[in-house]
Amino acid sequence: MSEIRTHVLIVEDEADIRRFVRMALESEGYEAFEADGVKRGLIEAGTRRPDLVVLDLGLPDGDGVDFIRDLRSWSSCPVIVLSARSSETDKVAALDAGADDYLVKPFGAGELMARVRAQLRRQLPQAASAQVRFGEICIDLAHRVVERDGQPMHLTPIEYRLLTYLVAQPNRVITHRQLLNVVWGPGHAEDTHYVRVHMANLRKKIEVDASMPKHLITEAGIGYRFVVGG
Amino acid sequence: MNSERPDPDRLLDLVNAEEAREQRGKLKIFFGASAGVGKTYAMLGDARQQFARGVDIVIGVVETHGRAETEAMAEGIERLPLRDVPYREHVLKEFDLDGALTRRPAVILIDELAHSNVAGSRHPKRWQDVCELLSAGISVHTTVNVQHLETLNDIVSGITGIRVWETVPDRIFDQADEVVVVDFPPDELLERLRQGKVYLPQQADQAARNFFRKGNLLALRELALRRTANRVDGEMQAYRSRNSMLPVWPNRESLLACVGPGEAGEKIVRACARLAARLDVPWHAVHVDAAGAASDERARQDMLRVLKLAQELGATTAMLSAPGVATALIHYAREHNLSRLVMGRPGRRWRWPGQSTLGERIEALADDLDVLRLALPRTARAQPPKPSVTHVKVKWQGYAAALAACGMTALAATPLLGVLELTNIVMLFLLCVIGIALRYGRGPAVCASLVGVALFDFFFVPPRFSFSVSDAQYLLTFVVMLLVALVVGQLTAGLKIQVDAVTEREQRVSGLYEMSRDLSAALLVEQVAQIGARFLVAEFGVKTALLVADENDQLKVLPGATTEVDLGVAQWTFARGEAAGRGTDTLPASRCLVLPLKATMRLRGVLAVDLAETGLLSPEQRRVLDTCASLMAISIERIHYIDVAQKTTLQMESERLRNSLLSTISHDLRTPLASLVGLADTVQLTKPPLTEEQRELIVSMRSSAMRMTALVNNLLDMARLESGAVHLNRQWQPLEEVVGSALNGCAALLEDRPLKVNLAPDLPLLQFDAVLIERVLCNLLENAAKYTPARTPISIEAHAETDFVIVCVNDQGPGLPSGREDAIFEKFERGSKEGSTTGVGLGLTICRAIMQAHGGTIRGQTRDVGGASFVLALPRGEPPTDDGGTSEIVETESEANERV
Repeated sequence: MSEIRTHVLIVEDEADIRRFVRMALESEGYEAFEADGVKRGLIEAGTRRPDLVVLDLGLPDGDGVDFIRDLRSWSSCPVIVLSARSSETDKVAALDAGADDYLVKPFGAGELMARVRAQLRRQLPQAASAQVRFGEICIDLAHRVVERDGQPMHLTPIEYRLLTYLVAQPNRVITHRQLLNVVWGPGHAEDTHYVRVHMANLRKKIEVDASMPKHLITEAGIGYRFVVGG
Repeated sequence: MNSERPDPDRLLDLVNAEEAREQRGKLKIFFGASAGVGKTYAMLGDARQQFARGVDIVIGVVETHGRAETEAMAEGIERLPLRDVPYREHVLKEFDLDGALTRRPAVILIDELAHSNVAGSRHPKRWQDVCELLSAGISVHTTVNVQHLETLNDIVSGITGIRVWETVPDRIFDQADEVVVVDFPPDELLERLRQGKVYLPQQADQAARNFFRKGNLLALRELALRRTANRVDGEMQAYRSRNSMLPVWPNRESLLACVGPGEAGEKIVRACARLAARLDVPWHAVHVDAAGAASDERARQDMLRVLKLAQELGATTAMLSAPGVATALIHYAREHNLSRLVMGRPGRRWRWPGQSTLGERIEALADDLDVLRLALPRTARAQPPKPSVTHVKVKWQGYAAALAACGMTALAATPLLGVLELTNIVMLFLLCVIGIALRYGRGPAVCASLVGVALFDFFFVPPRFSFSVSDAQYLLTFVVMLLVALVVGQLTAGLKIQVDAVTEREQRVSGLYEMSRDLSAALLVEQVAQIGARFLVAEFGVKTALLVADENDQLKVLPGATTEVDLGVAQWTFARGEAAGRGTDTLPASRCLVLPLKATMRLRGVLAVDLAETGLLSPEQRRVLDTCASLMAISIERIHYIDVAQKTTLQMESERLRNSLLSTISHDLRTPLASLVGLADTVQLTKPPLTEEQRELIVSMRSSAMRMTALVNNLLDMARLESGAVHLNRQWQPLEEVVGSALNGCAALLEDRPLKVNLAPDLPLLQFDAVLIERVLCNLLENAAKYTPARTPISIEAHAETDFVIVCVNDQGPGLPSGREDAIFEKFERGSKEGSTTGVGLGLTICRAIMQAHGGTIRGQTRDVGGASFVLALPRGEPPTDDGGTSEIVETESEANERV
């Protein structure tokens, strides 16, 4: 039993928050480990080999972003960042460094668990399928065809690349910079309006109602998230 | 290949010049050969046509001289009122420049461009008023007669015998955008004159009748037509050089006018200006002050007037101090790459054998320079420069000293006669001549040589006390002695002038050097004023005042000013960035010369120099003054930026402090709240499960904590926005993105409501901070959810207008309390007073602060169909057109099937 339990590392300096996160995780059957700073956290991460990390950005002995960089040099386990509101730049820096999702304090246990489950699900080995389906859309990666209700749609190469990159990482928050890097290449990091314009076009084609998107969700000031949805 | 391309720098200059022209008003000149040809009539006719086409055209000044037909033409067009100017005991009507600048018509008619304004007006000449109107962007239509053109002035007076004093510089005529020749055959003009249809000034009736002779009229007509032809030719050349690919190399054979004072000098200046215009070359005008006449104030002022005329006609001017006129001119010409010297030809007069004219000397010294000699009118040539009283006194003292020194030498030598050889006594006399030459210059030295020889002969050469000479070889001694004395005296006197000039220059340079050194150490503007004043007093002996502009561009006199400044002149100078006051074209009646303090970034103020006691400045002095002004300007700017840097550092420091304080507070307040919410949640997860009662308690505890968080967030956001600590992260993005994320963020609140989103399809990209605008929309949506009955619909609409994109958030609730549509945006205001709903009234205040930070607005209104509507206006700006998509498609077409 204990071997298949999922390990989650909590790096957070506030004992109260640590405690409630731990309780929430344990109530769902995960095994939680705690660390109160960057140094301690890295040691724990090295020894416990966690399947997921919940990380506070404001730590007393260092920057959460440094933790992520360090962790990413040897592990690809999902990282959920906890941060205060009104610190978009910190969040973007953490996501650019390799974090997968973020939660704004204060957050409820239900919210946290939903995110944790979504990230862990992403990690499960999936059948290498050449087809992705969500809503009425079906993407055939092998033949580079996108269909809605069986009708082929016309996407520009840029839109196609944006879509496939987002779809490949469901529930993960992807920053503008990451998209620019992948689709336009380095050197366009400041031209965020490129992404926005093409994402707007893409959304018009993919979503039923572009102003109330169900799949291509905007994270204001940060980037986008692809959600498979119901 | 290359040579056929236009020089890019020149093209750039052309483009810049073109742009500057665009800004300026257009000048249209109606040009005639003489009075009475119908210029005013033609101008008014043209104006009527434009008026009928709806052009905003007004009459500034038009002299109809009571002619009914002209008067009729002017009817119906708006006339600007004239200004009353008291002059002696009369009140004169003058054109009201300020009135015209305030009225700002598209086109203004101003008759008689050559008119001189009444003393005390802003500009002495009407054409200067016109220049100011043009640079203010107002187009001007005006009239000019050929005799009023500056360089043709003396030719016309030669033809007609009447000298006209009111003139217009040729450049005004040449730079006019359009010239319309109003031509009228002389016979018909004379016929009109006989019928009394031509206005003649009463007082000059006879003279005017002499003027209107057929011969005169023919000559004037030819002159006018030829002048216009020249202009058209110039336009043609300019057009060709602009449009043809062939490079037109400017001919650099520039002219140097060598001028003296008085009418002769003016004549040379005018002739040279005409020549330079014809050849299209730059020209210089210099005067060489060989005799050290700078001490004679009247001659100097005379000379400065001639040089000022040259400057007005476009020359670079200079006044040189040097012993040899010819060498000084040659040196100047070579230094400035001027190959042709223009000078007056002296009249026939008796000359010393072997004496040469200036032209001949220059030809002898420099055979590479061309010398053009102009005939001077007889009146001009006979120039009796009456020496002023002081001058005579200096000369007289010199000669008296020469006599006295020779006498003393003779007296001193008498007892030595037995001891010294006669040859050595000659040496004593030579010494005396050198002394006189050094002290008093050339004339007294010559006098001393002659007297010395005479005294030597009389007192020392045997037989003594007689002019007869016993030994004939003494005659040789006399001749040699005289020659040596003359040559040495001449050389020494020349040396003295040169030394004086060099000393003066050296003093000036070291003065400037000292001032710039002092200025570089100055830390206060007041110190700059003091240092400047010290230099100017030492250098020119003038009183000064320094005026510095404050943040609102108001000039303020700095303490330490020693003269009264006319603030009008100072403001004008500051507004236009040009010198004004005494010695300039603008307000020359003022006591002071006011110079703008031009620094690198902008004008910093003005420097007023009181010239009432010292008179006009020489070009060199003016240059020193300009240098002084720019040194002061740079210092003032430096001091200004030191201030700015200090303020910025302070501001950054306090901002940093405020930010760290805010983030500490926000962390300390939020962390326990976050724990509270989280712990409340976890209590529910504990075993055994809670009773229903306990669960309710926990839920209400949690929602209280959430409310508290919202309140803290609002308060902190407000504090941030109010302290100006918010830096907008503005990026170009589509509006729908932020609408989508706002709806997503408020999804829980809006669960049970029908939502309608209607964004116009043609919305442009907008530049805003997505997080903050999302906040605004969330606040409005939350409000809508809070203040309207459950399950009523909410809608968001957006459409583009010319300068703004309008976003409306509408609900169907009770609407806003009437009369308090603005008050709800104030802090701690709520729509309904009862307090049935929770939350402090900060939401809308935050919305307004965010919208203002974006340069937009927000207002609330109750809709006619019921319900409240919040209207946001975001400025459109100029979105980037490049979306990074085009090149990409081309690139991938080969790589992948475009149809995916």
